Amino acid sequence: MNRNVRRHYVSRGWLGVMYALTALALIPLGLVLWFTVTKGLPSVVHPQFFFNVELPPCEPSCPAVSDAGVGHAIVGTLIMVGLASLMAIPIGILGGIYLAEYGVARWSNWVRLGSDVLVGTPSIAIGLFAYAFLVVPFHHFSAFSGSVALAVLMLPIVTRTTEGAVSLIPNGLRESGLALGLPRWRVSLQLVLPAAAPGVITGALLSVARAAGETAPLLFTAFGQHILKLNPNEAMQALPVTVFKYALLPYKSLQAQAWGAALVLIIMVLGINLISRYVLRRQIALAGQL
Amino acid sequence: MAVGVEARPAVAVGARRPADRFRTVVGVVSSVVPAVLVLIVLTLLQQALPAIKQFGLKFLIETDWNPVTDSFGALPAIFGTVSTSFLALAMALPVGVAVAVILAEPGHPNIRGIVGIGIELLAAIPSVVYGIWALYVLAPWSYEHLEVPVSDHATFIGWLGAPAVRSLFNAALVLAVMILPTLTAISRDVIKAVPRGLKENAVALGATWWETTWRVILPSARAGIFGATILALGRALGETIAVTMVIGNQYVIPHSIFQPAYTLSSVIANEFTEATGPIYPAALIELGLVLILVTLLVNIFALLLVHSASNEARLTA
Repeated sequence: MNRNVRRHYVSRGWLGVMYALTALALIPLGLVLWFTVTKGLPSVVHPQFFFNVELPPCEPSCPAVSDAGVGHAIVGTLIMVGLASLMAIPIGILGGIYLAEYGVARWSNWVRLGSDVLVGTPSIAIGLFAYAFLVVPFHHFSAFSGSVALAVLMLPIVTRTTEGAVSLIPNGLRESGLALGLPRWRVSLQLVLPAAAPGVITGALLSVARAAGETAPLLFTAFGQHILKLNPNEAMQALPVTVFKYALLPYKSLQAQAWGAALVLIIMVLGINLISRYVLRRQIALAGQL
Repeated sequence: MAVGVEARPAVAVGARRPADRFRTVVGVVSSVVPAVLVLIVLTLLQQALPAIKQFGLKFLIETDWNPVTDSFGALPAIFGTVSTSFLALAMALPVGVAVAVILAEPGHPNIRGIVGIGIELLAAIPSVVYGIWALYVLAPWSYEHLEVPVSDHATFIGWLGAPAVRSLFNAALVLAVMILPTLTAISRDVIKAVPRGLKENAVALGATWWETTWRVILPSARAGIFGATILALGRALGETIAVTMVIGNQYVIPHSIFQPAYTLSSVIANEFTEATGPIYPAALIELGLVLILVTLLVNIFALLLVHSASNEARLTA
């Protein structure tokens, strides 16, 4: 009896340890969010932060309200992530359909392995690849080469999430389409894909969020820029690059802007994540009906 | 009637041909993914060729990094990458498995929901935000409350001495936070895949929650958790920006984990845009090549482990 009581309390004790470690795991999340919000808010509350571009550092006699902003970086991030999405999302969706619809084929295992490995490939190596492929031959940095690097990052995410969403669709839907005489491509693209749309959109959104936050692949492709540029053939600033460069400079005014840019970035990325969560919930409800 | 019966196979044959074409089209599009992977490796190999020719295998064991005299060796960067990653893994593993056990446990759905969302958000935070946080909050705190007290109490242990704010240890600390979601998500799936019967048998024999978890569930999920660990190792090896911001960027093999160091990816991130001449950029790209080959091997090994673990679970279930 005594031994059993001890076993009971040992078990309870370890359960407590597990919960404590779980709490420990969530502390960094709280701290990152807290510091980004409190340190970033003073910069973000001024509307010019979103519209103006970089100004030279003004230490030690900074004006009370700085006129500098990260407008060029926000626009740059939107352009580059947009271009990357145009490249990666259609290819990723078609690749994912192949994996889900013809998943037993031998080749599909290689595609799966390739995309799982590509997800884990260091983003800086992808940046080097884009540099060698698109910066070296043209002799100048360009936003386009940055978007290609981001597209390579996004591609395996879109592929695997599309595969997951499409293979959730019950075979009855495909069979009824085929029974009505629809060709295979129309069954896949007009029947199965729309049914899987929420899951596919979730994957695309997650990949966009991942690309928007990446710094390393842009360092020597899009490079960075002090002013607003809209031409993808020129060097361009992006929000993560702004945070990286400003944070390491010894000027308080620029560090404050780095925190502001980090706050904008985190709101964008977490916002996209929460939206994708909502979309995914609709997929689950939809799959339940089918 | 007979006409109708004859007409049907004709339609079916006609419908099959575009179907095969569709299969070819999506199959070709899907091969972009492995093709890009191969292309990345080949491109880096080709770009690194001048350095590979000049230094050969000596590149991997030399410790010098001097763009002025064009003498380059990768050992300090390799040491930094490997040591930060393993240190991070050692810190993250117990926490990650604990969270996975809690997440896989039935009961307390509210706590599970909150923890699950929290871990997913942890995975979503961009690396550069971890970097700025580590640089201004985590590293100064860790210097004051971990590094200095530890080195004061362990003066006789050389590799715990000479604390600095930007150090190998602090880089490992932020890495540990960043790989935690990978570790947790996969370990949770593996633990969930453990056949219910095993657990029920243990409980029926009178085992407590902890005895069931420690002696039955975790041992049968061992291979998969190991796979998750290796996968997290791959992420840690490749992580660039956050590490670059806190590791201190000193191209040496430090004598203490509280001293500044450098990693493969950080050297590339800091020096590549300023690298000129024939050999310097090629040497940096060779660092990238070493990095990508190591992570490739680590990832493939981990994927095989996770796959065979989940297959085994499916077979025994």
